[in-house]
Formats: sequence, C-alpha cells, structure tokens
Amino acid sequence: MEKQNNQEYLTAVQAAFGADVLAHEEAFGMLNIEMTPSRIHDAIQWLQQHQDLSVNYLTNIAGVHYPESVGREFAVVYQLHSWKNNLRLRIKGYLPKENLHIATITDLFAGANWMERETYDFFGIIFDGHPDLRRILNMDDMDYFPMRKEYVLEDATREDKDDRFFGRNNNEL
Amino acid sequence: MGKIEDLETINGEGYQLTNLDKAIALARANSVWPLPFATSCCGIEFMATMGSAYDLSRFGMERMSFTPRQADLLIVAGTISKKLGPVLKRVYEQMAEPKWVLSVGACACSGGIFDTYSVLQGIDRIIPVDVYVPGCPPRPEQIIEGVMNIHELVKKESNRRRYSEEYKHLLGTYQIEIDQHGEAK
Amino acid sequence: MSQEIKDILQAADPANVATINFGPTHPSTHGIFQNILKVDGEKIISSEQTVGYIHRAFEKLAERRPYNQITPITDRLNYCSSPINNIGWEMTVEKLIGVDIPKRVQYMRVIIMELARIADHLICNSVIGVDAGALTSFFYPFSEREKIYELYEEMSGARLTTNMGRIGGFERDFTPVFHQKLQSFLKTFPKAFEEFDSMLARNRIFMDRTKGAGPISAERALSYSFSGPNLRAAGIDYDVRVMSPYSSYEDFDFIIPVGVNGDTYDRFMVRQEEIRQSLRIIEQAYKNLPEGDYKADLPDFYLPAKSDVYNNMEALIYHFKIVMGETELPVGEVYHAVEGGNGELGYYLISDGGRTPYRLQFRRPCFIYYQAYPEMIKGLPISDAVLTLSSINVIAGELDA
Repeated sequence: MEKQNNQEYLTAVQAAFGADVLAHEEAFGMLNIEMTPSRIHDAIQWLQQHQDLSVNYLTNIAGVHYPESVGREFAVVYQLHSWKNNLRLRIKGYLPKENLHIATITDLFAGANWMERETYDFFGIIFDGHPDLRRILNMDDMDYFPMRKEYVLEDATREDKDDRFFGRNNNEL
Repeated sequence: MGKIEDLETINGEGYQLTNLDKAIALARANSVWPLPFATSCCGIEFMATMGSAYDLSRFGMERMSFTPRQADLLIVAGTISKKLGPVLKRVYEQMAEPKWVLSVGACACSGGIFDTYSVLQGIDRIIPVDVYVPGCPPRPEQIIEGVMNIHELVKKESNRRRYSEEYKHLLGTYQIEIDQHGEAK
Repeated sequence: MSQEIKDILQAADPANVATINFGPTHPSTHGIFQNILKVDGEKIISSEQTVGYIHRAFEKLAERRPYNQITPITDRLNYCSSPINNIGWEMTVEKLIGVDIPKRVQYMRVIIMELARIADHLICNSVIGVDAGALTSFFYPFSEREKIYELYEEMSGARLTTNMGRIGGFERDFTPVFHQKLQSFLKTFPKAFEEFDSMLARNRIFMDRTKGAGPISAERALSYSFSGPNLRAAGIDYDVRVMSPYSSYEDFDFIIPVGVNGDTYDRFMVRQEEIRQSLRIIEQAYKNLPEGDYKADLPDFYLPAKSDVYNNMEALIYHFKIVMGETELPVGEVYHAVEGGNGELGYYLISDGGRTPYRLQFRRPCFIYYQAYPEMIKGLPISDAVLTLSSINVIAGELDA
C-alpha cells in the first residue's frame, strides 16, 4: 500500500472538517493544522479510527503562551504519529485567555492523562471531562501557573544575587 | 584512618589511658551508618562511589541504613525541591543523636544551576549541614573526601554537644525543637 | 485484566484493606516517588501516585538560556544516558538552522550514543537484580560501567553530566587515548557482560521472581504512549532509530528485540539484548569511521578555538556573538526525536528568532509511561511492585523535568 503523505492528510482532514480547519502549514517537513478548539477532540478521534490515515500514537501535548496575540493567547498543541504511514502531524488550537477550556482526549489515549495535567499545571488550561485534573509537578498550594510568560523564573527568596548584574528585574532599573 | 595509636594516650606496661570521649569518637568515626537521601544525578555518582571501583566500604560505611532511626549520617545527594523540603526535614528530625549531614552536589549546597521557582536554594535553609561537597555532580573521589571530613568531625566532637545551649540554639534557628536528650521533638 | 486479578479485587474485604505509604523516601524506590497503596494483605488493590518531588523547571529555564547553554540542562533529564540527551538537543537545533553534518560526526555521535545506551541499560538491569535480592549483579557491571565513564571523560571531561559535543559536531576529535580505551572496551566488555547475563538471565530464582511481575498488554502500552524498551517488551517493535533514522542509523545492521508479555522479565531481556545490539552498532560504526572533520563548518554556532580567539579578529567576533547570544536564528517550529535510554525523547522547539527558545518542550518518556504504573501493579504483591518500578526504569530527573 502506498504511504500517505502530508498533502493527502491535509486534503482528507479538510474534506472531513471543512471550515474547522483554520490554517495549515508545513514546518520542517511536519504538517501543522490549526483547528477550531471545540472540534479537536472529534478530529483526533476521526484520525485515530480512520483506516488509511490511522493516527495511532499520541506523542505529546504542549501548551504555549502568546501573551501578545489578543484573543488567542494560549495554544494547545497535539503532536501525533501515524506508524502505518510513518508520518507525524501537529494539531493546534488557540484559546482566548478568558475561556481556557478544551475537551480532554483521555478517552482516546490513556497517556493523555498526565500530559493534560502537566499542561494544566503549567498554563492553567482546563481540559473538560478529564478524570482528575490536578496539579502534577508543582505543589498543590501554588497559586499561579508558572510557565505563563509574565511570571519570573527565579526563586524569589534568594538574597545573595544582585539582580542587576544578571539582567533580571529590568523594570526596576 | 583512625588507629588506637593515634589517640592522645598515656601508655605504660599493660595499660593505655585516654578519655572516654575520644575512644567513643574513634569507634563512631569508623562505623558511620549513612542514610543516602539520593534524589537525582548525584545519586548515580553516589552509586558509583558505593560500587566496586571506589568502594565506600573501605571506610566502614558499607551498611546503608534506609531508615532514619538507625542512621548517623544523612547524605543528601541531589536537587531538593520546595515540595520535597518538608520530607527532608522530617527525615532529619527522625534521626537519633548524634547525627551529621553531608550535602553532596551543587543543588543540595546552593540550588546549583537551578535558580528556579521550584527548587530549594540549598538544604541549609531547612537543616544544618556539616560538610558541603561541591560539584555538578562531584566525582566519587570528592564524595569520599567529604565523607572523610565527616569522619574528622566525628572524631573531634564531644559527647556532650547535643546537651549544650549552643546546639539547642543552632537547631532553634532551623525551627527544630529538642528535648532534654537532644532529640528532636 | 486477567480473571485472577479480578477475583482478588472482588474478594477484598473492606475491613482488611490497609493504606500504606510507599515513598517518597523508600529504600527500594531509587529516587523520590510516592505511591499510596491500598492493600489487602500483600495484594495491591489500588495506588495513587505523587510526582514532582524534584521538579526543577527545565522548560521555564530553557526559555531563559541561549541555545548552547541548554545542552547542560538536557544532561540532567535522564542522567544515566546524558550524551543521548545532549546530542538529541544539538540535532534539534541543527534541524532548525538546516545544516549538513559531516559523516564522521554522525558516526562519532552514534558511537557515543550507543555507549550511553549501554551505560543506561546496565544501571537499570543491575538494579532489577538488586531488587530481586542479588547484590553481586550490581557490583559486576559497575566496574565495567566505569570504563564507559572514562570514555566520556576522554571526550568531554565529565563523567556523568557530560555536556557532550557542540551544535555542529564535537568539541574535539577522538583522542588517541579514546581510541585505545574504546578498543580495549570492545574487547573486554562482551565477556564481562555475558558473565553478568549468566548470573540472572537463566537464573531460576530470578526468573520466578520477575516473570509475571508488572505485565502490560501491547494495546494498553500503546494507549499509554509507551516507548523504548518498555514498549518493545510488550511486543511492539517501535524504535525511533529505525522509524525515523537520524545521525546515519540507517547505515547500520541491528535488530530490535521484542518481548511477549511486557512483564519485568521481558523488560530485562529486551534491555540485555539491546546492549548486545548497541555493541554491534558501535563495532560497525568504529570499523567504518569515515575520515573528515569532527565538526561542521558552522562559525555562527560553533565556538572557535581559544588560540584563534586570542589571535584572530574574526574568531574573536564570532566568539563574542555566540557567548552573548547575538546569533540570528530562523523562526519556526521543530520537533526532533531520538531513541533515548527510556524511549522516544523528543524536543519540541518553537523559535521566534530570539536568542533563547520561545518555548521548548521535552517529550520525556518516563513521565509518559510512569502513569501506567498503578494499572501494572494492580493485584500484585508489594514485592512485585518494587521490581516493576525498577524495571520500567523511572529516572527522577526525566520524570519531573
């Protein structure tokens, strides 16, 4: 059987989801598809069950924060892999900061459980329908989402470093 | 290595006098039971130190004690995050007197390269440390040197240290209260 | 779930169920993992994991570091096989900037990465032996492992956190001492390894202890996005080195061992066989090591030699630009994966052209497969849970990032 390529994937997804495919590009050989966030769960399910496309492996889920792009501050990136065609693809959904909800895919991939918890822990993105959405790496009593761009990296309790010499706290200079 | 000849003694035909403190300290120094609190990369180098090439048992330390109740030396090897800090302090409090702490690696000493929101910037913020071993991770030779420095401390330490006001004050600075036997409450 | 386990779970009398705390500091966890187990006698009914005890904020840290300063962070992911992490990251950046890497560098990388795989699997397998009660199997391979450390030292100066190589190649060519040590390693290691293998692989006690401990089916392993030896032990032959070859892996002849049941014994045997295959790869790569330069021509990223920096204006400027992070970078998104010690180790890099990554996510195989642990130990005795934990080789640095 012929292996499907990026173009065939894109055509198939566009045919099935039409207007929900908002944008697409090919970045370093990997197909990127931007979709309406509410339809991503269905798209992944469709891809997983499709005979020829057969996207059977969830590589990872990543959150990204773009504080400057109004209305699409947060992105959820799903990287998937079809072993049958040995093809990786990326599905993205952009969320506005007022409404950080997206459907969980734990019903499709058991491994999505911790990946989604991690994304919640770092960015505060809420995966609706997740069985146990709690913080995972950070302490439960943490009151912010540390990977968002506005939060500093450094530990605030250190007194032995003069921040000016490390290019930190630039706003105080 | 401590030998009986190293002690300051009064020797004579058939007897040898020293003070009890020194004799006990010598015995202690050569049979330290370590509790390896190995969390990350330094733990692997600590494993190499225990392994066949470097062999920590040459120093009377092959008996790893995994229960804090029966350990004399807490070897903290690796990053301690803020989440883990209370666990480490609990382990320290559970250890019986006399006890020593060896901090292995840059992370345990100062946070190392991880000056981040989640990492404790040095274990000496929560428990007192006797010897610091720098390095990321330190080589087994360095860990052994740290252990030998601990041995020197053990040899010099008075048996009465834990009853002293000074010791009480030291632990007080770490918010650890001790009872009249010097044990953490 | 087998019928037997279902019966155990159904028969559990709530009055007999005890809750015990397995970790965070437990002698057999080899790291800081907490599991709160509900047990009926010896049988585990359910477990609840807590992770993040050594969370060091790698991803946030990477957003503040220039590209060449991220290599030391990757050291500390899976510190049992740091060179694979280093080289994986370097290849990610090379993919972003689009550079041709000389064949010699690719072969050198393969040799170093396969040495790292051997070191990684040796730790894991010897620790399985320790948890099954065989301390000798820890001491034997460790003296061999030291030789791999010496090889690393020859190439990078460090034993464990190697910071191996540079973007574009290596910091130095294989030195004469490296050649000599590698040749003697290739001679002596197989014998020592087979000795270690003979202690456990067909040992009746070891087999009885590990067979059936912590099994996982191929379907579940796939659903949990398992990768690496743990996935292969369940019977799926997925290996990044073959599926998407990088660094000239397509030039070498090696097989991917697979297991049947996905239990502790299969995981042990898969790792043992992978060590043999790694040796084969090293031999092939070393025999056919091409002539050429040990670095690509990449002045924007590869630090010039110190002697040039002091004597040559152009080198000084490049040195300054690299150290201060003034290099121009393409904008884009790259995902690059390598077969790490524990499976598919991926780097998802978003560059906005700045001196540091806009976002860098590590796909950490440990973190992804450790979530299956409660399912794997359900219905088993506690002693099997210990063996399962050590055989899936959870490395705290990789787990908690």
